[in-house]
Amino acid sequence: MIEVLFLLFAAIALGAAINVLAQKHVLYSSLSLIVLLTAISGLFILMQAEFLAVINVIVYAGAIMVLFVFVIMLLNLPADEDGEDRLRWLKLIGIPMGLFLSFMVIRTVWDVRATPLTPELAGTPQAIGASLFTDYVLPFELTSLLILIALMGAVVFAKKDL
Amino acid sequence: MIPLNWYLILGAALFLLGMLGFFVKRNIIALLLSVEIMLNAVNLTFVAFSSQNGQINGQIFVFFVLVVAAAEAAVGLALVIAMFRNRETLNVDRSNLLKW
Repeated sequence: MIEVLFLLFAAIALGAAINVLAQKHVLYSSLSLIVLLTAISGLFILMQAEFLAVINVIVYAGAIMVLFVFVIMLLNLPADEDGEDRLRWLKLIGIPMGLFLSFMVIRTVWDVRATPLTPELAGTPQAIGASLFTDYVLPFELTSLLILIALMGAVVFAKKDL
Repeated sequence: MIPLNWYLILGAALFLLGMLGFFVKRNIIALLLSVEIMLNAVNLTFVAFSSQNGQINGQIFVFFVLVVAAAEAAVGLALVIAMFRNRETLNVDRSNLLKW
């Protein structure tokens, strides 16, 4: 049963990722990325990481992707124009090298084994919060600084007279 | 329970797809979306190792990756808006003022 769910979510994730690359208009790409994020959240739930699954939907699909869609609609973009193909010669090298890299990466992770622990770790908000406010309290506080800087940077970059 | 390498293979495939998009696409928003695919592939790998090893640390890392992704999206999209306003295009090949 759980294998069927894994294969279902994996197929949705891969299909959505391919669709992100295949679409001509970035609006459809970003909508497809939302499907990918939802499938990833389903996989998180299969791995007992419920808190991250919820956060993934709320923050990624709910906030970040809405920002993307908002900007795309604000700019009122045309579909991708087909420019001149400047990479014609690089393709000859790039496709074999890309296939080789894919082969090596997949082969590396193909045989990785681990003995799963029982009972399984549950990523509840309680467990994550306890770790976040004890072992990782300094990075957690620095996160707020990062968010503040990103906020100010976004405001400065989006100003009219840059 | 699902073996670890199923998750790793899926994560690697998603990462490679994101990388392919980053190299092939020319629209800067599509490049940002490809980066998001890669970040999610890494998140999946982190959570897979975390749940199989019984350590919460991997899930904390996913939390920080989410924060960095949010900051990156905010600043990146502000840059996209500035670029579109100044250059009237989002094609990264046409933003070549620093090239000789």
